[in-house]
Parts: sequence; C-alpha cells; structure tokens
Amino acid sequence: MPDNVPLHGEFFISGDEACAEGALSAGCRFFAGYPITPATEIAERMAERMPDVGGVFIQMEDELASMNAVLGAAWGGAKAMTATSGPGFSLMMENLGLGIMTETPCVVVDVQRGGPSTGLPTLVGQGDMMQARWGSHGSYEIIALCPSSPQEFFDLTIESFNLSEKYRTPVLLMADEAVGHMTERVVVPPVESLQLYPRRKPTVPPEHYRPFEGDTNGVPAMACAGEGYRLHVTGLTHDERGYPATSTPDTQARLVHRLIAKIRDHRDDILRAQSDGLDDADVIVVAYGITARIALWPIEMARAQGIKVGWLKLITVWPFPEDLIRALAPRIKAFVVPEINYGQIALEVERCAAGQARTILVPHAGGEVHEPHVILDAIRDAARKKTRRRGDGETRRRGS
Amino acid sequence: MAGQGEASEPIERMNGHELAEVSPHHPMDRLLRRDRLPHIWCSGCGLGTALNCFLGALIQTKLDSNQVAIVSGIGCSGRVAGYVAMDSFHTTHGRAIPFATGLKLANPKLKVVVFSGDGDLIAIGGNHFIHAARRNMDMTVICVNNFIYGMTGGQLAPTTPISARTSTSPYGNTDHPFNLVYLAAASGATYVARWTTLHVRRLQRAIGEALLKPGFSFVEIISPCPTLYGRWNKQRSGLEQMAYYKEKSIIQHGADPRLADIDLNGQIVVGKFVDVEKKSYLELQQGSGGAGVQRRR
Repeated sequence: MPDNVPLHGEFFISGDEACAEGALSAGCRFFAGYPITPATEIAERMAERMPDVGGVFIQMEDELASMNAVLGAAWGGAKAMTATSGPGFSLMMENLGLGIMTETPCVVVDVQRGGPSTGLPTLVGQGDMMQARWGSHGSYEIIALCPSSPQEFFDLTIESFNLSEKYRTPVLLMADEAVGHMTERVVVPPVESLQLYPRRKPTVPPEHYRPFEGDTNGVPAMACAGEGYRLHVTGLTHDERGYPATSTPDTQARLVHRLIAKIRDHRDDILRAQSDGLDDADVIVVAYGITARIALWPIEMARAQGIKVGWLKLITVWPFPEDLIRALAPRIKAFVVPEINYGQIALEVERCAAGQARTILVPHAGGEVHEPHVILDAIRDAARKKTRRRGDGETRRRGS
Repeated sequence: MAGQGEASEPIERMNGHELAEVSPHHPMDRLLRRDRLPHIWCSGCGLGTALNCFLGALIQTKLDSNQVAIVSGIGCSGRVAGYVAMDSFHTTHGRAIPFATGLKLANPKLKVVVFSGDGDLIAIGGNHFIHAARRNMDMTVICVNNFIYGMTGGQLAPTTPISARTSTSPYGNTDHPFNLVYLAAASGATYVARWTTLHVRRLQRAIGEALLKPGFSFVEIISPCPTLYGRWNKQRSGLEQMAYYKEKSIIQHGADPRLADIDLNGQIVVGKFVDVEKKSYLELQQGSGGAGVQRRR
C-alpha cells in the first residue's frame, strides 16, 4: 500500500489511533498539539502519519498555542485539528471563542479524564461536558459529539470535520479515556467512499464578497488567506464586512443572533443518537460515551426482571436534543442518567423533562466506569416509584 | 487668490504663490482600507509611522500583497491589522504568533507578518515569542514598543523601565524590564533590529530586510505614547519623545544585544543586532522525514 494515502482496511487499534486515522481520512492536513494523557497518542499518531499524507504536524509549546495554530491553519486553507484532555481543554477556552466568533472550521478533541484539576490523568472521566457547552465566555452555540468505541471515534472524527465545514464552527469531539485507550476492531473504508463536506468557497469576486454574511443556512462562504479576497478577520464584534463594529448594539444583535441561529435552527440536522426500546418504555436510560455501553448490561438485566426500560445513547450532546427529551418525558416515569461526573447532562435532561418525568442521576466521581448494579438499582428505583402525571389519575408519590 | 471652495477643489494659489497639485490619493491607498480611516490612534502616537514604514517596505520589496497576511494581537498596535488592505487577522491577546505559525505552515506561500505591541507579544505572548524564535519559524515579527499598555489606559509592561510611572506602578516601577533584542537573539531569532519611529528610512529598510529573510525576523520599533507613558514620564508630547530619540539614540550595528538595555529616558541602542544564517523551520522540515530517515513501522 502506498505510504502517502490514508489507511484502508480493518485494524485492531485504540480509540486515540482511530481518531487520528479518522482525521486523516477526512482530509485533515494540519495537527497542532501538546502532550497530555490520555490524548497524547493522537498527537503521536499524527506525528508519524502526517508526512505520509503530505500534511503538517507540529508540537506546540502549550495548549493555547495549539488551539491558535489550528485556527491559523484553518484560515490558511487546511482542515485542522488538535486533541487534549481536561487541563488542556481549559487552556483552550478563550481561543475556542475566537474560533466561534470568527466562524473557523476545526475540530477539538477532548479525551476526558478524572478531574477536577490534574485529577486522574490516566483514568476515565466525563466531567467536561458542561464546559464543552459553556467553557468560553459569552453567548454562543457549540456542536459536541461523543464516541462510545474506537470505531465510533474514527467515524465521528470524520463527522466532526463535516459539521465544522458545514456550519463554519469549531466542533468538539468529547471522548473519554476509556474509549481513547481501548483497543478494538476498526474498519477504515476507502477514502473515495466517504461523504466529505468540502469548504464552501465564495462564488463572487472580492469586491462583492461579504465574509460574514450568512448565505446558506446562515453560514457565510469562506475565503482563506492568499486567495485574493483580502479579508479582515477579528474577534471583536464585527459587521458583514468583517470590520469591528463595537459602538452599535445593532451589529452585536445581528451577529450573535446569526452565530447562534445557524446551529440552533439546524439542530435536527446535527442530532445523532441511537436508541432501543423507547416506544413502550417506563424508564429510559440516557447516556453518552463509554457509559452508554456500560448501561447496556444493566438494561438487559432490568428487562429480564420485567422492567420496560429503553436505552437512549446521545451521540450529539450539544446542541442538546431538547425536542427528543420533551417528547419522551410525558410517556415515561423517569429518565436514568448515568455519567462519570456529578451531574452535567442530567441537568439538561431534567430541564427538558420539565417535571413530566423524574430524572435520576447516577453519578460517579471518576477513575472507573459505573458498576452495573449501581445503574440497575437506579433503573429499579425509577420503575418502582409512582409519580403524579399530567392528566393521569395517579396521585400517590412514595418518598424519595 | 482662489476662494474658499469645497475641500475637493484644489487651491491653486495662496498668498500669491502657486501651490503644487494636491492629489486626492495617498501613495499607499491600495494597501490601506480607506473605509476604515481615520484611525483611532492618538496624535503623537508612533503607530502611524510604524505602519507607514511597513507599507513602504512592502512596496519597496515588491512582495505580492495578495500573498501577505498580517496577524495582530490586542492593543493599540493590534489595530494595525484593521487598517491594512491585505488578509489580516486580529486575534486574541498574546496569541498572534501561534496563529501565524498555523497560517504559515498550512500555506507556506504566504508571507506572514506579526504586527503587535510589547505587552501583547512579550508578556502574555512571551512563551509563544521565544518558541517561535527558537524554531526559527518563518515569519516576520514587528514589535511596536511604547513601554506601556496603551489601549487599556497605561499599565505596566514587561518593557517599562525601572522607576517609570504607570497606572499600575504609581510609585515607580520596580520590575526589571526585558531587553527585547537580547530576548529575541537569545531565543534564536536570525534577524534582530531595533529602530525608533524617528529613523524612518532605516526602519523601512530594516523591515524590508526582515521580510525577505527566511526564518524568524524580529524588528523592534521604539515608539512614543505621549498620551500615557510620555505624559507620566516627563515627555508630554510626541515631539518631546522624538527629541529624546534624537538625542539619546546611538546607532551601533552589530552591537552586543546584552548591552542594549533601555533605562528611563536613557540611551537607546539602535541598528541591526543579528543577521545570521541558520536553517529556518520550513527548511528543516523539508530536510527531515525524507529518504534518509528510518521511519518506525
């Protein structure tokens, strides 16, 4: 097989390695990163493989530099990515905001580990999920996907690049150490068979081009440096020409509204989830990442005990699938949300359930995956309690 | 004598003397965003001069302005990006250099110039500065040094001389400042020059040399901030600061960068400190991972 093409075939590789290969298959030709457990292997694989595909790998001096180099590379015309874990993710927040504000397509991978702070560098966590949504300052929307296996880590990296180009936004790939470090079979399809969303270029000459005017789905076409468009790109609030406009509230309103709407209004297109047994469920387990897999055995046991329990695996966590939860809540008794944190996505589920179903969090401080019986107990607890339902005669509520 | 016509009518005679024809065009119009002018800088600020010298150097070196990209950070100097009619990126505080690194590596045909100030490049941006210099990364970095944080109202900068007054050193600064030419040279920059905004021709020439040389080229421009630094440190106008540059600058090409410290209202050593040949980052990249290197399989 020639050295200068992405892989093709079946491989027994780790999630991190699969992520790197997914990026290369998607056409990523720039990676800037900094070593951090448990994401380092992504950088190492990129260091080894980028020369094969004629791309660029650079180890930067820190995560702030990495995030900025990724943004710069995107404006230089490349599909660009970085990968980190919690502490580095925190460092990237300000410049993630720059990417959002300047509508720079790129992918940021966070292989989550135990936190807070230095925490458990080599062990699993899922504690950065709210940070993924709100970690940078200001009002914005973000896209975040969660893989549950090395195969998914490969597939969703490609998906992340596609979404980043389609919506001209950084996309966060929120993995976890368990998925990043597990080794499983990964099928890498031939590159020609992949659906790749190309960067949409302006079709008008420079004098008619408005770099920050949304034309398709609120998303502007993207000229890059060196193409003769002489762009001005700034993190300041700007008008459709890209010029700073910090004295007029109108411009801020227009810009922020468009940045938010371009994602929020298209959440149906961005939503990806897998489910099983939702239709007649009394209880639905909502989970993401490694925990979505861990939940399968407790669900099987609960079903064997006669409980009608559904499984909802969130692949897209942001924008949160509000409509889906709102539609399910009136039909069930409770959502059970196991996550390796002290309640982050559970808050979203509870918010969207709006009291029409209980939300039972199954927390975990981190370092390990949930033990099956803990999730099973929560499912049984959810199924047992009767709660007041709207328009239903049932009024008695057992103690919580 | 011609009457008081509208601004667009040329005044042909005044006091009986014939005047030269005044063109409505500026020689650098094609490189400036006229729809963004007038700029925000104070009268007496050196940024206008710095920008002018930079544009002059671009014209002189005949670089294709379609392939020039300016990256700036935050501060008064950072606003340069908004006034140039070229691909320009006004990024976050201190992060122009890594952004420029990504831009250059993704598209090596671009001529990438970082244009920023002493606080942005050397305080918050210090780590990126030394690493890009260490790598001899292919970019030109222009640092407009006014010894203070101007945009935010005059706070202490890593270049502020000892005993100078700023809004966060109201009793006189007690931090040793960086000597930027020494810092750049010690970090590995292969071209290091310093001029003041008084030395316009030499500054323009130095910028031209910096632009054409591969690797990390650094040009420090000592620049007045009469509104803040000058006002609080006995140089209350731009003109007084320029007079200071005239009196206290000493041109010493090839001087030892270690001896180029700048004390409050003290001597300013200017000139070309470093101009050496060393493989740039891109030159090293082209040479590595190739036929001779055993790749791990």
